[in-house]
Amino acid sequence: MTEPLLRAAGLTKRYGQVHALQGADFSANPGEVVALIGDNGAGKSTLVKVLCGAIQPDGGQISLDGQVVHFANPFEAQRHGIETVYQDLSLAPDLDAAANLHLGREVFRGGVLRPFHVLDRAAMRSSARSAFAELGVDLQDIDVPVASLSGGQRQSVAVARAVAYASKVIFMDEPTAALGVVQRGRVLDTIRRVRDRGVSVVLISHNMPEVLAVSDRVEVLRLGRRVARYVTAQTSVEELVGAMTGALAGEAAA
Amino acid sequence: MTSTKTAPVDGPATQEPTGTPLARRLLAANSAWTFAILVALVAFFAIASPPGTFLSQYNITQIATNAAIYLVLGVGMTYVIITGGIDLSNGSVLILSGVLAAEFMVHNGGYKAGWSVILVGIVISVLTGTAWGSIQGVLVAKAKVPPFIVTLGGLGAALGLAQIITTGNDVAGGAPNTLVETLGLGELFGTVPWLVVLAVAVTVAFGLVLAQTRFGRYTYAVGSNAEAVRRSGIRVDRHLVKVYALAGLMAGIAGVMSLAFFHTTTIAGHSYDNLNVITAVVMGGTSLFGGRGTVVGTVIGVFIPAVLNSGLVILGVQTYWQSVAVGAVLIAAVYVDQIRRRSRERG
Repeated sequence: MTEPLLRAAGLTKRYGQVHALQGADFSANPGEVVALIGDNGAGKSTLVKVLCGAIQPDGGQISLDGQVVHFANPFEAQRHGIETVYQDLSLAPDLDAAANLHLGREVFRGGVLRPFHVLDRAAMRSSARSAFAELGVDLQDIDVPVASLSGGQRQSVAVARAVAYASKVIFMDEPTAALGVVQRGRVLDTIRRVRDRGVSVVLISHNMPEVLAVSDRVEVLRLGRRVARYVTAQTSVEELVGAMTGALAGEAAA
Repeated sequence: MTSTKTAPVDGPATQEPTGTPLARRLLAANSAWTFAILVALVAFFAIASPPGTFLSQYNITQIATNAAIYLVLGVGMTYVIITGGIDLSNGSVLILSGVLAAEFMVHNGGYKAGWSVILVGIVISVLTGTAWGSIQGVLVAKAKVPPFIVTLGGLGAALGLAQIITTGNDVAGGAPNTLVETLGLGELFGTVPWLVVLAVAVTVAFGLVLAQTRFGRYTYAVGSNAEAVRRSGIRVDRHLVKVYALAGLMAGIAGVMSLAFFHTTTIAGHSYDNLNVITAVVMGGTSLFGGRGTVVGTVIGVFIPAVLNSGLVILGVQTYWQSVAVGAVLIAAVYVDQIRRRSRERG
């Protein structure tokens, strides 16, 4: 196996008396979908927050492309090409899709207007259009506030934003939790398409059939540690649930 | 506006690439129907009043002059409310800024002071307002004290300081004649009062900043979902400090305008500025929940009471009806905002 794109070793994090991470390991390879699963309180959210720079670990090491990295905040992770689609989507509901896609990365008009940071709406709109087109998302109304879009469309905006800037890794926290069947299928297609560009997609999900359908590998977290790794093609729902609940012990080779 | 859940169609869409048509955007704007009310009011008074009164150049100038100070305060308030905040302190900050400027000018020539002294006075007023606003911004953004409380405290503290400095009496001679005769009573080309020119310039400049620049975009974004903005790498706290500083700057400018127009500090005259300005901003379609609003809306909101007042005086009706009407429009405006919000967010 090649060197993982993103590797975490022995991460620890405690909140007061709670040991959220107790020496957790994790790895993701380029161009694969890794599902990160675990029961509630297993430490999934904490692990993802550490890996995307939202919180600092108490101990352990993260490396990207073989280099040890420290992310003091999410922007440093973003600078390294790591993006996150949060479960709550992190969109500004009063702004339109193009504005959300470019939030914090606005495009400005040139010339004499440059020092005033005047927004170049046309440029942002057209780049948003091409970002959506690339994902196969058809957003009829790109100028309405995101709040008036459907749940699936909003999800698409959040995913498109992450995809537009992620060159290495995308974390997706329960990306289909709020979606209907058709929209869920579309998001899973999007995940595959992103993977096929060589980006590593880390999928956090409770939905076992979905995990089996879309992931290449599965890493199982339990009580703040990685307890098992599987190649998706060679595992089953029973096995995954067993690893999550502790019925099966030991790290399987993957 | 409408939540269209149309099934996605493959292939190139045949929509226009330049965005929503202007007409639709205007209809969707929250301020559209308050604008209709303003137009209706103007039309009504124009017809009901004796010819050559309501629409006379004199009366229009009067209305604009009376609205000028509220307009400047309203621009700052619009920014603050769009971030989801509120500023109760603007009237007091206006007074404190004006008092400090007047104190300087009265000790450097008083009525006879020349432009160099006046300019220093203006700088003092503007800096006082900005500094006061910045402190309030830091308390809101960094100390996480709710804006209502910070600016309520600021309202009392700024007025108290102004009263301590002046022992409660207006500063006689604090407004040099040169300032009064130009900014206060002077007119550009003999027709447009300088007060109005200044208010329009400030309104247009900061209206454009809000609508067209990154600063404005962040203002909407912070009021819409501050956490999302934070995750996008934008310094939310710094932006909030700037917005409150801007509101303070506006109060500082308004302090100079008030000094020039009323010939003196008006310590007792601005107790209700905050509520009047909030009323105007909210009538103009800016949402108290943050995320939405326009300076254009605020202009409309400022002019509704001004037009009502003038029209009622001309018709010989008690002007107290103005308060009743404005109160009703205010509540209606927020009611409409609520309905919009609810119908929009079912998606």
